[in-house]
Amino acid sequence: MDLPGIKEVMAAPSATWRPGDAWLGGGTWLFSRPQPDIDRLLDLHHFGWPPCERVADGISIAATCTIGELLELPEVREWSALSLMRHCCEAFSGSFKIRNLATVGGNLALSLPIGPMISLFSGLDGVCVIESAARSRAVPASEFVTGIGTNVLEPDELVRSVLLPTSVLRDRVAFRRISLTRHGPSAVVVVGRSAPGGCTLTVTAATPCPRQLTFPDVPSAHEAIARLEHGAWSYVGDFHGSDLWRRHMTRKLVVDVLEELSG
Amino acid sequence: MELRRGLPWFRLVAPPHDTKARCRRTRGTLRMRINGTACDAVPRASQCLRGFLREQGWHGVKTGCDTGECGSCTVLVDGAAVNSCVFPAVRALSGDIVTIEGLSDVGGRGLQDAFLRAQAFQCGFCTPGVIMTAAGFGPAERADVDAAMKATLCRCTGYASIRDALDGRARWAPATSPVGADVPSADGPAIVTGAARFTLDIEVADVLHMKLVRSTVPHARVLGVDASRALSVPGVVAVFTHEDAPDVLYSSARHQKTSTDPADTRVLDRVVRHVGQRVAAVVATTAAIAEQACRLVDVSYEMLPAVLDVDAARRPGAPALHADKADDHGIADAGRNVAVDIRGDIGNVDAPLAASDHVVELTFDVPRAQHVHLEPHCTIGWLEGGRLVVRTSSQTPFLTRDALCRIFSLDRCDVRVIADRIGGAFGGKQEMLTEDVLALAVLQLGRPVQLEFTRAEEFSAATTRHAMRCTVTVAADSDADLTAMRLTGTMDTGAYGNHAGGVLYRGCREALNLYRCPNKSIRAQAVYTNTTPAGAFRGYGLAQFIFAVDCAIDELSRKLGVHPLEFRLRNAVAEHDQFTSLVAGPSDVTVASSALPDCVDLVRRALAEPSPPPPEGEQWCVGTGYAVSMLETAPPGRHRASVRITSEADRRFTLDVGTAEFGNGTSTVHRQIAAGELGCSIEDIVLRRSDTVLLEHDTGAFGSTGTVVAGMATLRAARKLVAAMAAAAPGAVLAVEESTEGSPRSVSFVVHGFRVAVNIATGQLEVLRNVQAVDAGTVINPMQCRGQVEGAVVQALGAAMTEYLWSDENGQMQPTTLGGYRVPAFGDLPPVEVCFATSHDPTGPLGAKSMGEAPLNPVAPALANAVRDATGVRVTALPLSADRLYEALNGRVDGAGPDPAIY
Repeated sequence: MDLPGIKEVMAAPSATWRPGDAWLGGGTWLFSRPQPDIDRLLDLHHFGWPPCERVADGISIAATCTIGELLELPEVREWSALSLMRHCCEAFSGSFKIRNLATVGGNLALSLPIGPMISLFSGLDGVCVIESAARSRAVPASEFVTGIGTNVLEPDELVRSVLLPTSVLRDRVAFRRISLTRHGPSAVVVVGRSAPGGCTLTVTAATPCPRQLTFPDVPSAHEAIARLEHGAWSYVGDFHGSDLWRRHMTRKLVVDVLEELSG
Repeated sequence: MELRRGLPWFRLVAPPHDTKARCRRTRGTLRMRINGTACDAVPRASQCLRGFLREQGWHGVKTGCDTGECGSCTVLVDGAAVNSCVFPAVRALSGDIVTIEGLSDVGGRGLQDAFLRAQAFQCGFCTPGVIMTAAGFGPAERADVDAAMKATLCRCTGYASIRDALDGRARWAPATSPVGADVPSADGPAIVTGAARFTLDIEVADVLHMKLVRSTVPHARVLGVDASRALSVPGVVAVFTHEDAPDVLYSSARHQKTSTDPADTRVLDRVVRHVGQRVAAVVATTAAIAEQACRLVDVSYEMLPAVLDVDAARRPGAPALHADKADDHGIADAGRNVAVDIRGDIGNVDAPLAASDHVVELTFDVPRAQHVHLEPHCTIGWLEGGRLVVRTSSQTPFLTRDALCRIFSLDRCDVRVIADRIGGAFGGKQEMLTEDVLALAVLQLGRPVQLEFTRAEEFSAATTRHAMRCTVTVAADSDADLTAMRLTGTMDTGAYGNHAGGVLYRGCREALNLYRCPNKSIRAQAVYTNTTPAGAFRGYGLAQFIFAVDCAIDELSRKLGVHPLEFRLRNAVAEHDQFTSLVAGPSDVTVASSALPDCVDLVRRALAEPSPPPPEGEQWCVGTGYAVSMLETAPPGRHRASVRITSEADRRFTLDVGTAEFGNGTSTVHRQIAAGELGCSIEDIVLRRSDTVLLEHDTGAFGSTGTVVAGMATLRAARKLVAAMAAAAPGAVLAVEESTEGSPRSVSFVVHGFRVAVNIATGQLEVLRNVQAVDAGTVINPMQCRGQVEGAVVQALGAAMTEYLWSDENGQMQPTTLGGYRVPAFGDLPPVEVCFATSHDPTGPLGAKSMGEAPLNPVAPALANAVRDATGVRVTALPLSADRLYEALNGRVDGAGPDPAIY
């Protein structure tokens, strides 16, 4: 939609953030809601960040990388955990048209339970690199989202990139997702990851923010469900699924994921 | 732009995620190119690409949702399909843009032809976006078309014809005899090229834009509206409040008889009765300025206690919404919030209910639903030689003209209402939601003004289907003959009573009329609440009440151990039966023809064929369910349709019809009927429609009347003209007019059958077979009639499986976007198998019956009956979404839940 309050779009590198500014990634969310409190957009594409880089300790994915670009990344055989990328990109609720515009950083910053990049990066122990004019800091992706639509970002901060550490890329992963409709937004996503010496289950979409359970080894279904129940998590109930159903589907998908990991 | 031929697909050069290309674009001083031509205009920072392109005159780019969730605005930017409504226009500064208007120049002609040959549209509003989406497919999208088409919505076709187009299958071939043939729409070529003009697709010089200030509270008295801050914004022309509006009471519902609906609505009222009610109207030079200024209008309220549901509204001492209305305003009991109260009895149900061993009593809940016609409510108006001209997206241009005349004290000759091609309606445009307040501004300012609802306004402030709760009690004797039917129901009409009477009356009465039964009883009310008003919706109350009655009948047949279809057939009315009226005076409806036994047979035989297997896994249960519905072939109340046929000097004929075209295809049906009678080719019939200067009066396009009532007028006019031409000199210009009154009436029957699989561990429901047989009488255009069935079934499945709209604790409708309100998408459902039964109805033109709404009505109960068959659980509330179904199957246990072993 038109955003009548926007007076100016500036290249982000040449502007200093001030109240009333918003970072412009793909624009697919910004332009989908009235934005009465925003009068200037700072266009991140002018940074010209490469979408994806191999760095010393893993892969660095720029905030401006689109979901479409992520899907086109070549597969690396020894990094089996990257299979999660395809699953998460396909879980994206928008069409391929939106996927070609929407960015990784935008999906994280929106911080909605259905956000597939939240599933991806928290499931793979990604690290969000957060920057503002004054400082830079790193936050584990699983701790980035703090609630429905809320996160650790200060108003002047942006997500610069997400680092996927090499240490997890060789892990075995299993992915399960359920939605009310065949191609609909995720209601529950469970990502399981196992390697000698550890197993992590990450639940997203069902809960307001990512939830993780860690085990020294792949646990039994009963053990995992006991931990799940002990957590007394609150579940999201909205038009993508009721809270009770999501809670029960979380249990089911956890069992399915464990079955795959121990198979 | 370079193109790759090899139709119908093609793929373009630089995808938008080519970062280098993007940087080049944003740094360079290159100009934007649109459809091969350099564009000199520069977009504003505030604009989305859609807004900019429409401003440049590219009206093939449609406004459907504002959130990137419907696809109607799809264009190609540097070769890749994007939703232009969420694409920042400045990002396209040096881009190469292709809209539907330019597609054929870059190799898309074959794709457009495929859509034409499959007639893969009905209203045609979404069509440019659907075609542009397909034009943007790459190998990945082509490999999984179902996934690629998500969030590209069509609300009319049910996607079957779109799938045909994408697969290159044609749905029609040139025909010689017009009636009974698959004659394509004359508007087809314009629709697939983006040339078709919908309501706002015209240029009106210096048009002003209106935006509405809406109530944020459910019930309050407006103490004052301070527009001074808004008026100080440059570009704001006027702000209208209740002080500027005539103090006239009317209903937003449009009916032949205005007394059908309570007069409880004002253009701008000093009392607001629901969140979203209009409080003031801001008019400015651009829509953006008007929208901003709306936020600066300061409204002070005196809060009034609100009732947000029907139970609260009927409680003794509850605040009454319309206590100020006089007795003659058509409200049943304004002091108790009862808009409509229906009581009717035949025989006495008490004795058989007490005596029978076979009694079923169940209580059903059907929530609200939204029409989601992709063209929002929109109107543009201006003065022309002192006359008010209103071009609007309405099913009832003549009735809207009459309402404007009454509200603003004008003569009929002072007002012209035009409804050109309408982008979907489904009953939602049998309502006056924009024209009244727009006319106020045009008349006061003397300048052109336009008003277009946003999709969020459609959800929160336009009308919905009525929510219904109803208890059905049915009893039968041991011969499986029905002995008693009792229906006790309540409908939530929201803050205003528009359509409450008609929907309630038709819904509960016709649902019971299907069955011969000596004892029947109805107690039903429509109740006012401080929520968004409900209104007309395809099916007009029947879908809700048939869901309840048919599910109860199904359960009773199980109790009796009789096949559900045999039980229904045994007890249903048969050809030549008279109806005993339950609640009103003498009826003009008979069962003039019935192909119900054929329909039952067709569905049974179809479902006896092998079905696809359920998905893998032992948690899937499989079952079969049926439902039967009946619908009167026209609304009561003497629906009037008018036509004029003129034989022109060039041997062609001009056919003027009052009824509107919103995708129902009646424009084609009229041309077919006329050509058949006049013995000319279909191309010789030039149709003009739904413009109040063409004819004196026409009730409009609703109640499935386009073929049966209006078509009859065309048939009679054509026959009259044939006789007149025989008596006149060759080549004489002759004109005949005819109007019909839609009486006497008959009934049509529809039978639906499903085979489904239900996953008891997840609640997921898969439709394996989806069969509908219809008793449409003579089918004048099988392709179009099939399209009506396909579209209605999918729309009904949306309401039965996923769509859910509710009023939250503050009275705000939820959700407000298409992302939250899940209408069926391309890959969601298997196609419906459509069977036509053979019948000929003496009351319809050439033996035809209406089929616009009827196919919707049996779908939800057939689905619930199939779930019952598969799982043994009777689900009585819609929708049957996985989460609700799971809870129904497993009980709403907040404890530990099922043991993991069951997974």
